[in-house]
Parts: sequence; C-alpha cells; structure tokens
Amino acid sequence: MAFRHVSRVSRLASPCGSQLTTVRSFAAAKPFKVSGDNITVSLDGAFTTHKFDAPPKSSTASKAELLKYFKDMTTIRRIEVAADNMYKAKKIRGFLHLYNGQEAITAGMEAALTPDDHIITAYRCHGTMFGRGGSVLSILAELQGKAIGCAHGKGGSMHMYNKAKNFHGGNGIVGAQTAVGAGVAFGLKYNNKNNVCVAMYGDGAANQGQLFEAFNMAYLWKLPVIFVCENNKYGMGTSSERSSGSTEYFKRGDFVPGLKIEAMSVLAVKEGFAHAAAHCKAGKGPVVVECETYRYMGHSMSDPGLSYRTREEVAAVRAQRDPITRLRVMLIESGLSTEEELKKIETDVKAMVDEASEAADAAPFPEPSALYTDVVSDKQYFARAVDLANSTVVQQ
Amino acid sequence: MQALKGITQLARACSRSTPAFASKQAFALSAPSAFARHAATAPVTMTVREALNKALDEELARDPTVFIMGEEVAQYDGAYKVTKGLYKKYGDKRLIDTPITEMGFAGVGVGAALAGTRPVIEFMTMNFAMQAIDHIINSAAKLKYMSGGDINVPIVFRGPNGPPTSVGAQHSQCFAAWYSNCPGLKVVAPSNCEDARGLMKAAIRDNDPVVVLENELLYNESYEISPEAQSEDFVIPIGKAKVEVEGSDVTIVSFSRQVGNCIKAAAELKKDGINAEVINLRSIRPLDTATIIKSVAKTSRLLTVEEGWPQSGVGAEIIAQVNENAFDFLDAPPARLTGADVPMPYSKPIEDKAFVNVSDIVAAAKRVVGKKA
Repeated sequence: MAFRHVSRVSRLASPCGSQLTTVRSFAAAKPFKVSGDNITVSLDGAFTTHKFDAPPKSSTASKAELLKYFKDMTTIRRIEVAADNMYKAKKIRGFLHLYNGQEAITAGMEAALTPDDHIITAYRCHGTMFGRGGSVLSILAELQGKAIGCAHGKGGSMHMYNKAKNFHGGNGIVGAQTAVGAGVAFGLKYNNKNNVCVAMYGDGAANQGQLFEAFNMAYLWKLPVIFVCENNKYGMGTSSERSSGSTEYFKRGDFVPGLKIEAMSVLAVKEGFAHAAAHCKAGKGPVVVECETYRYMGHSMSDPGLSYRTREEVAAVRAQRDPITRLRVMLIESGLSTEEELKKIETDVKAMVDEASEAADAAPFPEPSALYTDVVSDKQYFARAVDLANSTVVQQ
Repeated sequence: MQALKGITQLARACSRSTPAFASKQAFALSAPSAFARHAATAPVTMTVREALNKALDEELARDPTVFIMGEEVAQYDGAYKVTKGLYKKYGDKRLIDTPITEMGFAGVGVGAALAGTRPVIEFMTMNFAMQAIDHIINSAAKLKYMSGGDINVPIVFRGPNGPPTSVGAQHSQCFAAWYSNCPGLKVVAPSNCEDARGLMKAAIRDNDPVVVLENELLYNESYEISPEAQSEDFVIPIGKAKVEVEGSDVTIVSFSRQVGNCIKAAAELKKDGINAEVINLRSIRPLDTATIIKSVAKTSRLLTVEEGWPQSGVGAEIIAQVNENAFDFLDAPPARLTGADVPMPYSKPIEDKAFVNVSDIVAAAKRVVGKKA
C-alpha cells in the first residue's frame, strides 16, 4: 500500500481564530491513502506496548467520521475558550481546568467506545462531559453556577456528571477516580455487562498509592477497566521528570498490559482504545493506556503555565502537533474536505457556542432553597441552616 | 447475662414474647428463611455477631445486587466471624476477599455502587477506614449533592468501632463523632441484636451511603429478638432512637455498647429512688432530636454517655441541640460522660480508667439530678 507523505502545509487558520504562519512541515502528520470517501492513515510510531500485543498499524476512516471528530474537537476547544473568557469576566469562580490541546483524547476515545461503556475522570472534565453527551449549554451554565447547569449549579467545573450516559464525573480529589473507576468496572462485570470503564488520570496522579491498589485489584479480578494516564507532561507546576521515578506511565502497572498512544492523533487514540477495549471485553482484565498529550493553558486559571515551561515550548506544540490542526491538514491535503467546508464548520461551532454562552449568561441562579436539596435521597429531611432559626424541612 | 436478659424484658413491656420458649429456640445459621417461614411467635436469643450474620445472609438472599467485600470476609469466615458461613453459601461472586488496601477497595466499592450494585464494604476495624475516609466522604457522601441529585451511592461501610480493650491507641478509636459530622452520610450504631438486625437491613436497603458502627465487645453479647423483629423485612428506620427504659427524673442518652451500661446504671439508680430514662440513639446521623427533646421535656435533666473523645463529640452535639431546643425545660446543666481525652493506653489498670463504666454513669446521673453522687 503506497502512502502519500504530507510534507508541506500552507497558511492555516487555527480554531481559535489566530493565523498560523506557514510551516514547512506538519511534523506530526502521517502518510495516508485515499480511496473514495475513505482515508487510511498510517499509525506507524503511534504506539508503544508493554506486555501487550500491538494495535493495528493503520486506521481507516470515512470523511463523515473525520468531520465529526473535527466538529467535536472544535466544539470542545470553543467551550474552553468561552470558559476562559467567562472566568476572566468573573462569571466563573473558583477552579477552572482547561482541556485545550487534549481534545483528540475525547474524540478518539468516544469513537472506540459505546454509550454503554462508562467513563470516569478527574477535574479537567469539560471535554469529557461533552463527549458523554453533555450539551454545551449545560456545561457553560454549570460553570457559571446556574440552575440549568448539568449539576444544577451544585457542582461546578470539577463536578460534572451524566448518569444516563454513564459518566461518573468530574472528581476533585487527585487519584480517587482511579479506584472508583475500577469499582465501576467491578459493577459492570458483576452485572454481566460486556462493557468497559475508562478511568482517567494525569501524570500528576500517576504516583498515587491508590492507583496501584486499583491496578492490583483490577488485575487480580480481571476487571474490564482501562486506566488512562493523560500525560500532558506537567502535574500543575511540576514536570513529570520531577515527580515520577519512571515517566513510562504505560509501564507503571507492571504486570498490567500497557499501551502508549501518541494522543495528538485522533485516529491513533481511536485505534488504541479499540484495541484496549477489546482486551477488556474478552475478559482478560485491565489495560494501562498512556496518552501522550499536551495542555496549552496552565494547570488552572491561577496558573499562567509559563513559570515551569517556555512560551516557545507551548507555541511549538500548537504549531506542530495541535490535534485539530493536524486533522484539518489531513482533511485538506487528502482532498476529502476543503478550506471552505472546514471554515464553515468552525464558524457554525463558534456561533453555537456563542449562543450557548449568551444563554448561560442569561440563565437564572438556583433558588435559595436549592442550597438544602439533594443532601440525601430521603423524600423528607431536616436541613440545618447557618442559623438554626432559618432551618427547613426539605421535601423532594 | 441473666440480669441483662431480665432488664431487656422489663424494658420491652409491650412484648408479646413468652420467655419460656426463648432458650429452647434452635435456629440454623444456614437457613435464613427458617426465621420467617412461619410468622414467629416467640423471641429468640442470639449473639450480636449471629444477628449481624443473619441479617447479612437474608439481605444477600433477597437482593442479588448486594455483595460483601473486605479483608478475610470470605474464605476466613470473617476476622470477627461476622460473615461466617456466607462464603460457603454464596461463593466468590457475593463474598470477596480483598488485599490489604483499604483506600483502594473503598473506592472500588463506591464505583461498584455507581454501576448498579449494592456493596457492603467491611473494614476490619473502623480504625483502618481512616485510610479510606476520602472515599467515604468525598467519593460517596457528597456525590448526591455535587451531582445536583443525579447520582446516589447505595453503599454500606461497616466494621467494629471503638475500644475493644487492650489493643492500644491505634486500634481503639471511636469514629462516631467524625462520621456524624458529615452531611450526606448516614451513621448508625447498634447496641443489641434487634438493633444489629434492623439497622443492618435498613443500611443495606438505604439508597445513600451508610456507616454502620459495630462493636467488637458486643459481638459476643446475647440479646433477645422479638417475634416482630424476626421478620425478614424488619427494618429500623434510620434516624429514630429508642427509649429502652422509661423514666421521669433524668434522661440518659447513649449509643452502642454504653447503652447496656446505661441500662444497668438505671437499675442501680432505681434503688436510690431515681427513675432514669435511657435512650438508645441507634442512629448518630440523623440524630433523633425529637425523641431526646420529648424526654428532656419530661425529665428536665440530661446526661449523655459515649466511648469517644470529649472534644466535638456526640454528647457535645446532643447538649448543644438540647440547649437550642429545650433550654426552658432544663433544671440543671446537661452533663456528659466520654472516653478519657487520651490516645488510649495499653496497660489494663490505666486503660480501665479511660472507659465509662456503670458507676461513672450512676455518679454523674446523681449529680445531674442534684443528689450526692
């Protein structure tokens, strides 16, 4: 099979609107071959395995599929840009952890999973929530603490859930979600569901003791859990080299099979996750997947993200490895799409997110009584206020 | 043992039980339905351990999504034999032995609860649950609220709580105050067999996280279970206390093992003409404030008794609530007895001084009533 090399890319617009200068080569691009409306892309070099057989060496996708990934990733990017602006306008308070740069993980993962599979992640969860069916409005409204937010304003940025779509948050305590995710897999296996749970964590969480406890139990009991380390190279302000005795996170499960994925490629993510999921669904137990990725923003809004890395480093990733740009390049160079078509998608997404932003701005805050609801499942309970005299009996 | 049984019968004045049958009842641990195949007409006596075992057995039989997970719960029959015989009966799927990784398996339990099961997570003692407390509070208790009501966590965390004597400071802590502090959690503490049975069933059937604080010393103690309580669906509502002994002169409120001491103290006090009302909390959260207030309105005097440390303890909470809701009824400042404010020594003669005993309760009750201790 002969592949075409992508060696040069001319002026591109990034989804954020700023123009990239001409780059001589999009370093991350891989050879591909077009056949009708389908493209087959080489995944050579995209995977490294640990006690695990290798995923497929290429991935075939249709134009429609790729356009969906493009649209979804662009939407996530737009949500994060909108959230950034809202935070600076003080419409969002507290913690805000943005996913810019990591979008291919959500898009590729969702392509490999089914709605009956489960996902749990940490606090950098807006994109994951979107991937699991959270509407843009419900996400932005929750960030603003509005009653129509996905958690009715009770959770905020770090606590987004979608029980109906098997998304368990949105967890604020670093590492806790890994043990809980193994537990979700336990429940799936217990109930004879042939599904997996994806339990996501970062390079910062990868040294947590409970993660190893989760690896151990998952392996012993052959739980269908894919542990996913989103290695964006920095745990807050601490580089992975400074925090981890071994930065080969896909090997940290020791006796657990591991797979490292070059996760700026949505198709590599898709194939890698499909491969891992097949292992789990065959009853063979857990897999540790390391997604090599990058975040452009700081750890959170209080972190400019430049005290522990250079501007040049961030700019270089954006220019050479951005997952959305990469897909854009491939769609245009392959002839599957055009500049105009993709621009239209971007414009539509921007308009949609802008509209949702305005709706979130205009939406009401929760009623005062919402302070006391949903503490427990009981239909009726006493809820003590700051002053006993203002306490109520909640009926729900 | 005989005296305790007698007092229990005295307290349950309305019971339809016929004492003559009680000691002759033989029941098989391996046949839970023998309990309820025919409606029971006589009380049975068993240990708290057996009552817990029976309740767990029945709930495992009733609901296939219930399972028990913890260290040594399966093949070892339970470190304290609470799960004895259950592995043999229900097998690997329902009784799961874990590695010694409390933080991990508490998290696994929460996740399993999110995925359509009803886990019962055993901590060998509640001291070890401290390693897992993040999951109990942050992963479980707060989830319903944080998710805006979308998600509930039907999980039970259970294990022996408090000082079993002679095990030193790290193995002797009472966690009632800590867990009861947290909104979103329910906390229960059985003090006898009916409590154990009804509260365990209530906890397993509850749709929210429940911490069941058992007591190692109570495991060996025997109590009656009334005919009504023998029903498979006997459930004690969480948040309701029980008046174990009716009285008029002082309200004594306690939970878990100390309830027995309070009942004994009440018998002693009666000899001195003091009629103490003994309330068995059963639930620490929610606290049955209404029952306590109703009692204090009658007696005008309050004494709380607990095994845990005094600062920010359960007694402190009860007294604060009584001050808020029933100050006008009080004829004397409420008093409390607690474990001594020390980590807990090993040597028996000094360890004994760290615990509340019957004479402490008698003396304190007399002081509250205004009589010489």
